[in-house]
Amino acid sequence: MKKLHKLANPGKFYRLSEKILPWSNLLAISLCGLGLYLGLFVAPPDYQQGETVRIIYVHVPAATLASLVYAIMAITSAISFIWKNPLGSFIAKAAAPIGAAFTIIAIITGALWGKPTWGTWWIWDARLTSVLILFFLYLGYIGVWQIFEDQNKAAKAAAIIALVGAINLPIIKFSVDWWNTLHQGASIIRLDGPSIHSDILIPLIFMWLGFISYLISVLIIRIQSEITLQKIRAIQIMISEQK
Amino acid sequence: MLRNLKPKRRRLLFLLSGIFILGISLGLALLALNEQVDLFLTPTSLSKKTIEVNKRFKLGGLVKKNSIRRLEDGITTLFIITDNNMSIAAEFKGVLPNLFREGQGVVAEGKLNPQKIFIASKIFAKHDENYLPPEIADAIKKEGQWKGE
Repeated sequence: MKKLHKLANPGKFYRLSEKILPWSNLLAISLCGLGLYLGLFVAPPDYQQGETVRIIYVHVPAATLASLVYAIMAITSAISFIWKNPLGSFIAKAAAPIGAAFTIIAIITGALWGKPTWGTWWIWDARLTSVLILFFLYLGYIGVWQIFEDQNKAAKAAAIIALVGAINLPIIKFSVDWWNTLHQGASIIRLDGPSIHSDILIPLIFMWLGFISYLISVLIIRIQSEITLQKIRAIQIMISEQK
Repeated sequence: MLRNLKPKRRRLLFLLSGIFILGISLGLALLALNEQVDLFLTPTSLSKKTIEVNKRFKLGGLVKKNSIRRLEDGITTLFIITDNNMSIAAEFKGVLPNLFREGQGVVAEGKLNPQKIFIASKIFAKHDENYLPPEIADAIKKEGQWKGE
């Protein structure tokens, strides 16, 4: 029974998340729907980029969430590493593929925007390269979970990768300030306020909130299945010990 | 001494010191690499270095106002790359990206010829962080409040 007892905390999480899930689903669909409608049909084109600017409505939410998910992964990994909390490593493990997906979406939409705007799909500047490294960190993190048979060892090794890789996050954020890059500087989080006109910014904010709601939904579903999987494992061990 | 700490504290200390040491070493490495991480040289930073003729590098800056000239062969463009301090004359044969305009940011890949003219073989247009609807951009330009080009 000891092993089941340890899961008391994840159990509480499971019940709470059941209540959140329908709401985050509803918000994800309605906010992304509204954001896409505003972004594709209502928002004006940009004075220089023309219609290409509309890629921003997917690229920017995906790119910010790519970093945000990694930050979540690093924080929950630290919690699981220090306090030996199983829920922390469940969250981090569940988050990794979502973050990897956001990163690859950001890279692909960025390439689609880069070709008509810059004249190239890809350039090895500090921003693009650091985001590519983020993608490889996600892959490495996911890989570590597969390598170890013992889940406790895997959790420990994965947590260390997540925390070491977190150093990349400030590099991604400030790469456009510290070095000269082809990628433009920050438009939204700036000391002197956003440099995006509100007609373009408002649909972007809707999309961003929609992406956040989607993240919450997918994360909850993945954590729930992780908790269930661990329960099954614990029960299997108990049965084999009784034999 | 560390042995006397609770395991929880020991793991916390291990993580914090590990991250701290890694952060410092990465910071130092990036500081040392500073120039190599930069995508391009500006005309000012170029003037402080000696770059051999025919060595490939990237040069970035703004396309100087009233500097674009198209040669009669139809594919050669002459222009000046400036950082509002120093300027370099550049030459490019080929199709330019749509955003290549006077007053607009540009990154050119190529080499210096013996006459110190930058012979570009690739041109990337740099987009800035301003996003505006066309009407608003026109209105700001009309009022003479335009900070850009």
